[in-house]
Amino acid sequence: MSLEFLIASGIAVLTAGGVYLALRGRTFQVVLGLTLLSYAVNLFLFAIGRLVVDRPPLFAKGVTDYADPLPQALVLTAIVITFGMTALVVILSLRSFLESGSDQVDGIADAVPGPGQDRA
Amino acid sequence: MPLMLLMVLPFAAALMLALGARGGRRMHVGIAAGASAAGLALLLLAAPAVLAGTPLTARIAWIPALGLDLSLWLDPLGLLFAGLILGIGLLVVIYAQGYLAKAEPTGRFLSFLMLFQGAMIGIALSNNILLMLIFWELTSLSSFLLIGFWRDRADARQGARMALAVTGGGGLALIAGMLLLGQAAGSYELATILTRGAVVQASPLYPAILTLVLLGAFTKSAQFPFHFWLPHAMAAPTPVSAYLHSATMVKAGVFLLARLWPVLAGSDLWFYLVASTGLVTMLFGAGVALFRNDLKTILAYSTISQLGLMVMLLGFGTPAAATAAVFHILNHAAFKAALFMNAGIVDHETGTRDIRRLGGLAALMPLTATLGTLAVAAMAGLPPLGGFISKEMMLEQSLHAAQDGRSWLVPLLATIAATLSVAYSLRYATAQFFGRRATGDVAAPHDPGMAMIGPSIVLVLVALGFGLLPMTIAGPLVRAATGAVIGGSPPALDLALWHGINPALGMSALAVVIGALLLWRRAPVARWLDGRPALDAKRLFDGAMAAIVARSRDASLAIHAPSLQRYLFMLFAVAVLFGIDAALTPGGLPAGTRATLPASPVAVVAWFALVVATGIVVAMQRQRFLALVFISVIGLVIALAFVHLSAPDLALTQIAVEVVTILLMLLALHLLPKVPPQLSSLPRRSRDALLAAVAGIGTGWAAWAVMTRDLRDTVSSFHWANSYPGGGGTNVVNVTLVDFRAFDTLGEIIVLGIAGLAIYALLEPAARGTAGRRLREWRHDMPHSPERHPMMFVMATRLLLPLALLVGLYIFLRGHNQPGGGFIAALVVSIAILLQYLASGFDWTDDRRRIGEHPLIAVGVLIATATGLGSLVFGARFLTSSFGYFHIPLVGEVELATAMFFDTGVACVVVGAVMMALAQLSHVAQRAARNRDQADEETSA
Repeated sequence: MSLEFLIASGIAVLTAGGVYLALRGRTFQVVLGLTLLSYAVNLFLFAIGRLVVDRPPLFAKGVTDYADPLPQALVLTAIVITFGMTALVVILSLRSFLESGSDQVDGIADAVPGPGQDRA
Repeated sequence: MPLMLLMVLPFAAALMLALGARGGRRMHVGIAAGASAAGLALLLLAAPAVLAGTPLTARIAWIPALGLDLSLWLDPLGLLFAGLILGIGLLVVIYAQGYLAKAEPTGRFLSFLMLFQGAMIGIALSNNILLMLIFWELTSLSSFLLIGFWRDRADARQGARMALAVTGGGGLALIAGMLLLGQAAGSYELATILTRGAVVQASPLYPAILTLVLLGAFTKSAQFPFHFWLPHAMAAPTPVSAYLHSATMVKAGVFLLARLWPVLAGSDLWFYLVASTGLVTMLFGAGVALFRNDLKTILAYSTISQLGLMVMLLGFGTPAAATAAVFHILNHAAFKAALFMNAGIVDHETGTRDIRRLGGLAALMPLTATLGTLAVAAMAGLPPLGGFISKEMMLEQSLHAAQDGRSWLVPLLATIAATLSVAYSLRYATAQFFGRRATGDVAAPHDPGMAMIGPSIVLVLVALGFGLLPMTIAGPLVRAATGAVIGGSPPALDLALWHGINPALGMSALAVVIGALLLWRRAPVARWLDGRPALDAKRLFDGAMAAIVARSRDASLAIHAPSLQRYLFMLFAVAVLFGIDAALTPGGLPAGTRATLPASPVAVVAWFALVVATGIVVAMQRQRFLALVFISVIGLVIALAFVHLSAPDLALTQIAVEVVTILLMLLALHLLPKVPPQLSSLPRRSRDALLAAVAGIGTGWAAWAVMTRDLRDTVSSFHWANSYPGGGGTNVVNVTLVDFRAFDTLGEIIVLGIAGLAIYALLEPAARGTAGRRLREWRHDMPHSPERHPMMFVMATRLLLPLALLVGLYIFLRGHNQPGGGFIAALVVSIAILLQYLASGFDWTDDRRRIGEHPLIAVGVLIATATGLGSLVFGARFLTSSFGYFHIPLVGEVELATAMFFDTGVACVVVGAVMMALAQLSHVAQRAARNRDQADEETSA
C-alpha cells in the first residue's frame, strides 16, 4: 500500500461524506458536510505538489530535493479562509434559526411551533 | 462650438430647473424659454451656411475603441428637425405657463420637458449612430416621465408604462439594428454610413437591419400595429401632447427613416414594409378618429394617421415623395401642435374634452374657435392652408406609385384615407364650435389669456403661411432638407396651391365632397359601433404583460426554489458531470508512472482512523456533539499527514484552526436545536449516496492520477531559488506568503476581515425582534456542570495565558526562517485568549480586554497595505519586500525584513476575525443564559 493510495482514498472518502452531508436538510449537517469537503479540497490542493517525505521546504544551499512550497503556501491560506467561511456559515445558520425558528434548508415548511408555544 | 452649446443648453436648463425646483414659476418659465430661445437663435445664425450646403460638425473623442464619439453635425434635415424642436418647444413652454394650475410643480415639469428637448436635439444632431441610440432611449425615458407627470392618476401611470414598454422595446430592436448596420457599413459615423448604401443593401444582413430599424421607427412613430400606446399617452398634460406626441417625439421614427433613407431605401423590401405599413396606419388612424369622442383621443388617432402618411411617402422611395414627406412634417407640426393647444384651451375653459358635451363655442370663444377651425382646415387638407398642398402632393405620389407598376390599391386607399380625414376634421370643428350650444361644466366659457392663446396664433399663422407663400417661407428649407434626405441634389420644387386641373386635384376634391357626406351619415354608424365592444389594444397589451409577468414568475420559482438541497444537488451533479465528461474524452484521466512511496504501518492506522471517523460523522444523525468529536479526529489525522509529508507550516495551521473551528461549532450547537432531524426518504438518501459515491471516487481518482504523474518544472523552483537571496528567509512557504504572493495574502486577509465584520453584523442585532424573543426563551437542554467557572480550569488558563502569548511571539518571529509565521502565531494567541473567555466567562474577560476586534482588523489591513505602499516610496513595485542584517549588542546578528510588518498586519487581522466570530457567538450565548437566570430568579421569588 502506497502513501499516494492512502491520500487519494482519504480524499475520496472525505469528498463522498462531505457531499452526502451537504445534501441533508438541516443546517448543522450542511456545515459538517462543508467542513469535510474543505478537508478534501485542501488535501487535494496539497497533493498537486506531490508527496514528499522528510524534505520540508526550508531553504538550504545545495539542496535540490524538497517539498513543493507553492501548494503549501496556497493551502495554508486556504485553511485559514476555510475557517472564516465555516464561521460565517455557522453564524448565518444560527441567525436564520433564531429568526425563523427552523434549521431546515430543504425549503419544506417546518412543523415547529412559533416562540412562546414550543416549550410550555 | 455652437453645436456643442446647442447640445448642452437644454440639458443645462433641465439641471438648473431640477436644482431650482423650489423657485418661482416665473423663474422656471424664464429658464426654459430662455434656453429654447437661445438655442433657436444659435440655429438661425447657423442656418444660412447649412442651407447653402456646408454642414456644421463638431467632435469630441469619447470611447474611440468602440467607435463611439461625441460627434455632431448639422445638415439641412437636422436643421429642420432642430428648428421644430426648439421652435415648438419655446411655444409649448409659454403655453404651459398658462395651462398648468398654480399648485403644479412647474420646476419638475419643465425640467423633464427640457430633458426631452435635449434628447431630441441629440437625435437631430448626432453624427454617430451609437450616440443617436443613447438619445433615442433618453427620449423614451423622458416621455415616460412626462406622460406620468400626474403620478397620482392611474391612467397616467399606465399610459406612461405602456409607452415605455412599446417605445423602449422598439428601442432595443433599434440597438440591434444599428449595431448590425454599423458592421455592414464598416463605421458608426452617420456621414460615412450614408455614403455606403450600396454596400449595406448588398450585405446579407440587410433584411435583418431593415426589420430591426423599422421596428424601432414604427414603435416610436406609433405605426400600426404599435400605435396603441399613443392614445393612452394622452393622459399627459396637454403641453406634453402638443410637444412630444404630435410635433416632435413621434416624428423621431419618421426622422430616422428620412435620415437613413440613402442607406436603406430603394429596395422592394423597403417599399413593401414601409409604404404598406404607412398606408395601413394612415387608413386605420383616420377611420378610428372619426368615431372617438374625446378631443385629445381624436387628435391622437389623427396623428397616427398623419404619421402613417409620412411613413408611406418615405416608403415610396422616390425623391418627389420624399419632398412631400418633408413638407408634410412641417405642416403637420404646425397645425397639430396648434390643435392640441386648442383642445387644451377648450378643456381648460369648459372642463370637458368630450365632444358630445360641446357645441356652439364660436359665439363664446371667437378667437379660439377661429384658430381651431383654421388648424382643422389644414388637417383636412383644405385650401389655402399648407395641409392642402402636402395632401395633394401625397395623392399625386400615390398615383405615381401606381403608375410605376405598384398596386392600384395605393391611390385608392390613399384617397379613402384622405376622405376619412376630411370627415373627422370637419366633425372635430363643427361639433365643437358650431351648432347647438353646449359648454361642458361651465356656463359661459371665454377665450383665455395671451400666454395660452398666443402660441397657437403663431402656429396657425405659420400653417397659413405654408399655404399662401409656400416657396418663400418653406421652400429653401424643404429643398435643402429633401436633398439631405435623398443624399443628392434635391428635385425641382414647386410648392403652390394651384397646379392647374390634374388627377390629384380631382382626388382631393372627391375626398372633400365624400368626406362631408360621410360626416352627414356618421350617426347611424356611430350608433352601430357603440353597441359593440370597444376595440382597444390596451386589453391585449395588458393581457400580454400579465402573461409575461406570470411566466417569468413561474420560471424564477422553478429555478429559484427556496431549497438549499436542490441548489447543492445541481451544483454537485454538474461538477460530477464535468468530471465524467473529462474522463470520457480521448486521453481521459490515466494514472501516471511516477514511483509511489511506501506507507508505514502508522500511516495505515491513521488512514483507518480517518475513514472510520468520517463514517461515524456521516452516520451520526442523533449525536451531534459526538459528531464534532469525530470531526476533530479527522482534522488531527490530516495535521499528522501534513507533518509526515514535509509540510510543518500546514500541520501547525491545521491544528490551530481545528481548535478554533471546534470551539465555534460547540458554541453554535449550544444554541441550535439538538432535536434529531427527520430522516429524508430512502430514495432521496440513496440518490444522494450515489451522487456522493461518484463524486468521491471521481475526486479520489483525479488525486491519484495527479500524484502518480511526474511533476514538470513549475514556478515553484523560482520560489525556491529566490527565497533566501531575494526574500531573506529560508522558510519558503512563509516567504511565499509574505513576499512572492503577498498580494494574494493581502486579498485574503481582507476577505477574512470582511467575514469577521459580517459575523458581527449578523449577531449584533440578534438580540432584537423575533430572534431576540427566541433567545430569551432559550432553555438549557443539555446537562451541564453545576459550577459555572471551575477553579482549576480558571487558574490553569490564567497561568497559561502569558506562556501562550510568548509562544505566539516566538512562532511569529521565527516564521521567516523556520516553520511558523503570522497566521499560526495569530491562531495560537487567539486560542489563548479564547480560553480565558471559556474559563472565566465572557464578562470577566471582556472587561480586561483593551483592544476591540474592529480596530484590530482595521489596523491589520492598514499595516499590511501600508507596508506594500511603502515599497512604492522607494521606487519599487507594490509589496516588494526589503531586508537587512543588523547587529544589536548582546543579542547579536539580527535580520529585519519589511515582510515582518506585513506579517504583523496578517496576524492582527487573523486575531481580530477569529475573536470576532467566537467572542460574538459566546456573547449571544451569554446573553441568553443571563436572561434565563434572571427569569428563573423572578419565578423563584
